[in-house]
Amino acid sequence: MAEEAPPVRARGLVKRYKEVLAVDHIDLNVNVGDVYGFLGPNGAGKTTTLRMALGLIVPTEGTVELFGRDPLREGARALEGVAGFVEAPRFYPYLAARKNLELLAALDGDGAKERIDEVLEIVELTPRAGHRVGGFSHGMRQRLGIAAALLRRPRLLMLDEPATGLDPGGMRDMRALIRRLADEGITVLLSSHQLPEVQELCDRVAIVDSGRVVYEGALADLRRQGGAGYRLRTTDDTRALEVLRAQAGIEHVIGTPPTPHGLGFQAEERDVGALTLALAQAGIGILALTPELATLEDLFFRLTEANGAGEPLERVS
Amino acid sequence: MSSIEATPSLPATGAVHARRRPSTFTAYRWELRKLISQKRTYLGLGLAVVLPLIFVLVQNLHTHRGHEPGNIFASHITQSGLATPVLMLLFLSLFMLPLIAALVAGDIVAAEDSNGTLKTILTRSVDRGQVFAAKALAAMTYATIAVFLSAAVASIAGVASWGFHDVVTFSGTVVSAPEGLLLVFAANAVYLIPLLSVASVGVLLSTTTRNSAAAVVGTVGLVILLYIISGIPGIEGLKPYLLTEQFENWHGLLRTPTDWTPIWHSAWVCALYAIPSLVAAYLVFLRRDVTGG
Repeated sequence: MAEEAPPVRARGLVKRYKEVLAVDHIDLNVNVGDVYGFLGPNGAGKTTTLRMALGLIVPTEGTVELFGRDPLREGARALEGVAGFVEAPRFYPYLAARKNLELLAALDGDGAKERIDEVLEIVELTPRAGHRVGGFSHGMRQRLGIAAALLRRPRLLMLDEPATGLDPGGMRDMRALIRRLADEGITVLLSSHQLPEVQELCDRVAIVDSGRVVYEGALADLRRQGGAGYRLRTTDDTRALEVLRAQAGIEHVIGTPPTPHGLGFQAEERDVGALTLALAQAGIGILALTPELATLEDLFFRLTEANGAGEPLERVS
Repeated sequence: MSSIEATPSLPATGAVHARRRPSTFTAYRWELRKLISQKRTYLGLGLAVVLPLIFVLVQNLHTHRGHEPGNIFASHITQSGLATPVLMLLFLSLFMLPLIAALVAGDIVAAEDSNGTLKTILTRSVDRGQVFAAKALAAMTYATIAVFLSAAVASIAGVASWGFHDVVTFSGTVVSAPEGLLLVFAANAVYLIPLLSVASVGVLLSTTTRNSAAAVVGTVGLVILLYIISGIPGIEGLKPYLLTEQFENWHGLLRTPTDWTPIWHSAWVCALYAIPSLVAAYLVFLRRDVTGG
């Protein structure tokens, strides 16, 4: 039964701190093989949700299961195959990196100690393995956090803002590492407010705002829901603009010819087909007709800002 | 970062393989290693070493004229080196050793909580109960080491200064040097009963306050408070049940014949402090929200 259980399944998670409702009935469904983005502005409840998932804090209501096991009921057994960190990874500053990993490997058992050299190599910390963590930069600690997670040979990796505080090179390397780990078959739950990171890495997302999930599903669906747009370049953009305006199902036409970027519009796919026929009948050649999806940033702000720009999206959850 | 082609092949997705879980002893061993690696650990142990040495040095410089009034061991200090560890226990047991025990017991959970490392170890393959047991045991171990380290240093320094001779007891009887040495260490072992109760209170405060300074000061403050209470007239009936009154329970061992009554009394009174403290700390630790770091 546990073999078929999803990596993360949360139902009705609530966390209340006196008057503050940090997490408000969150449901999450992370499937095997997902690179799942957990998006939201600061204070939205992402880290609190992750802490509940890892059994670090007790939900006020609701349940969360990792591979079918509840960390609250089953303790460390529920974390088998699960690794990661919430907020910044923390280590003992007075111990060397290798000693920190030895400690954690001892607390992991299962031969984790034999993997220390290997994980240090993966995160390129081998030359600094004998140095005290107290002298490490933020980026090195983040990498050591990944190394500590990999010691557990995880099937689910939960990472909370792994690229925060890294320089552009470090961010790129971190993303590449996460991508490679996902390609190895590890399910990744990536909490972030860095939209390019999520857009680049994730196939499914949950967007939280003020403790509630305002969208959960495929990233591609979200972007489609945000409005599929098209860009059109023709042999005669001025006449094409007239055709576009006259054509049923074509909306939000933008662009004033002559323009090097062509004309923009929104339409359903079937209406785009009809448009191409109409353009042909009008003797207008199509040089380029390319779909343009809304950026994640557009969608994120539409979902999380009450007075955000753009049109409101249908809230999924 | 380099490619991860070299990573070990991962278990089949969704498969749960039986892990060999680490033991509580493993967690305990690492708690001790963490203590050994921290400079502040040596502050308490340093006091346990330095104070007997200072005491012996001062006594060597001091001119003793025969049997001095006061404590029987003080009056026999130059007669046998074994009087020194007894005097040191008399001196250190009232405040210094409880302070040393509180330094680590009050810090052992709270420091990890505020540093964020508690979340690091609680997301590995050991249960919270194991982590708590390891921490409580490490705090007790530290207190035990401090007591016996102090006794060993005092014994060595005393014997080096005044020889390994027969020693008197509180009853005025004389016991042989080997028996005296045995009694010295037995007395220190008995003194551990109230001291470990102090450490238990320290662990409780460390777990509940999440603040090292508050837990250490709170533990020491409790000792001071109990001393103050013991001095209040009209509540003499309460005195036998105060933790601080148990700090002298070991005197019974140095009487002839051995007086076990204060030792047994101390054992159950201390249990009334230690067991509820540890049970409460354990329950709090099991259900607490780990939000630090």
